Amino acid sequence: MTTALVLKYAIELVAVLLLALGIKGLSKVRSARSANQLAAAAMALAVVGVLVNYLGAGGIDGAAWIWIILGTVVGGLLGAITSQRVPMTSMPETVALFNGCGGMSSLLVALGVALYPAVGSDGEGAGSVVEAISIVVSVFVGAITFSGSIVAMGKLQGWLDTPAWMQSKARHFLNIALAVISLVAAIALVGSGNGLWLLVIASSLLGIGVTLSIGGADMPVVISLLNSYSGVAAAAAGFVVGSQLLIVAGAMVGSAGLILTQVMCNAMNRSLTNVLFGGALGASANQADQGEYQGITSCSPEECALTLETAQRVVFVPGYGLAVAQAQHIVREVAELLEAGGAEVAYAIHPVAGRMPGHMNVLLAEADVPYEQLIEMEAINPEFPRTDVVIVLGANDVVNPQARNDASSPLYGMPVLNVEEATTVFVVKRGLSAGYAGIKNSLFERPNTSMVFGDAKKVLTSLAAELRDLGVGKTPAKVG
Amino acid sequence: MTDALTLNDALWVLLLGSLLGLELIGKVPPTLHTPLMSGANAISGITVLAALTLIIKAGPSGNTTLMVLGSISLGFALFNVIGGFLVTDRMLAMFGRKPSRRQEKN
Repeated sequence: MTTALVLKYAIELVAVLLLALGIKGLSKVRSARSANQLAAAAMALAVVGVLVNYLGAGGIDGAAWIWIILGTVVGGLLGAITSQRVPMTSMPETVALFNGCGGMSSLLVALGVALYPAVGSDGEGAGSVVEAISIVVSVFVGAITFSGSIVAMGKLQGWLDTPAWMQSKARHFLNIALAVISLVAAIALVGSGNGLWLLVIASSLLGIGVTLSIGGADMPVVISLLNSYSGVAAAAAGFVVGSQLLIVAGAMVGSAGLILTQVMCNAMNRSLTNVLFGGALGASANQADQGEYQGITSCSPEECALTLETAQRVVFVPGYGLAVAQAQHIVREVAELLEAGGAEVAYAIHPVAGRMPGHMNVLLAEADVPYEQLIEMEAINPEFPRTDVVIVLGANDVVNPQARNDASSPLYGMPVLNVEEATTVFVVKRGLSAGYAGIKNSLFERPNTSMVFGDAKKVLTSLAAELRDLGVGKTPAKVG
Repeated sequence: MTDALTLNDALWVLLLGSLLGLELIGKVPPTLHTPLMSGANAISGITVLAALTLIIKAGPSGNTTLMVLGSISLGFALFNVIGGFLVTDRMLAMFGRKPSRRQEKN
């Protein structure tokens, strides 16, 4: 065993340990940031390990260096720029984009080894059925991850719509046909070495076909699942080039991603099969629940301020509409005014508020809302009966009482915030349009609910002004 | 002991790695779901290693097609890794901020 080899093993072991500690640490608020840095360091170490190993065993060719540096500079720079430029509201799309690129990388590695088998694993598997199967898995999963993630990103950005025929049963036949073609191509590739390009094309189309029909509300689950796939693709690429480190890391991400997907499904009361094969929630709901609203009361920010003046306990329910209106900062300002006036303020965070679990927490943290004021659903639901005022800001489906009362509603069974138990509910919303799920919200028709129509930012700005006029929190909170 | 990874080894590594992943994420507060997904996503960019290996092995034979392919693969993987870790850090940095150091951005 050469010194370089010993060094390689040592580095790989340390890297695996650090990666595992990184994932572990990411699941606790206090350690999350350092854990992320630890994982990044582990990755850098792993790269050094590979370079050291090859430098020790025969060196690295000059031409190879050029291509390494080129790929590193372009990919790294674009990644760094993207990560700093994207707004926090676009986080789900960004994760989807990064994820798709990881899948593409695995796909290209497998493609390279398939085209030029000499660069494959040095192990006993070289050129064998096992290697062929690894290539098939890496190409198949990598392609699905890439095309699926790009479609997910497009849908979240609003660039892509679901074509009508994708809502019909016809899409199942198309997807099954694509899956069968992929399988045939895979068998051909393992058996005779043909069918590589057919596999690439069929599995890419399959990724598009499966993702395109999934509704916007379910997209976070899909992204999480695709994240798990990219781990599987990485592990398969590990088999292709014969690297334990790749296999371990890929397997860890793959299985951890599955758990996270399951957790998200539970939070939304959707089963994974339902998300993947059930189609968009809105499509089936449209006919049944799109009646006209009756008995809606609406009020101005001024009236809202008068109610808030005497409130002892106020709960904000932020939704994605708040983030779209960029109103996170102004909501904190209103909250501070109320606090200065002696009221108790909290934010009720539904597990899927925003567009991804935890997304709302990130957005509010960006606006410096104190972490202690963000209360999770289970903790705040029993508190609503003793709450004076609830202000729903651009949230809809997560406060729909039908999820509890109406067994015929498509939302039935989804855990929701029981805001209607509070004395008064204000719903700040631009109009009476439906939420992601595309169904009517009976909360709006309740006698204790008042709609405050308008853009969340404008409404909150005038609300803050009205509160100051009323002398709430006498010394206005400092801004700036 | 050789450098070569036997199939048996590889399968054990796969199995144990999967089990480790299942164990690592037991309880996660919903707050951290998004950063965790993003961080795990960055780790899945570990395919940088495969891309690097591909380029290095293609070097001696002077196979430019393969090196270009590897370079593109490396670019995609690093986009995922560097972008992923940085964006996760950006998200997590917000949780750590002290409320007293408030600054309006707009």
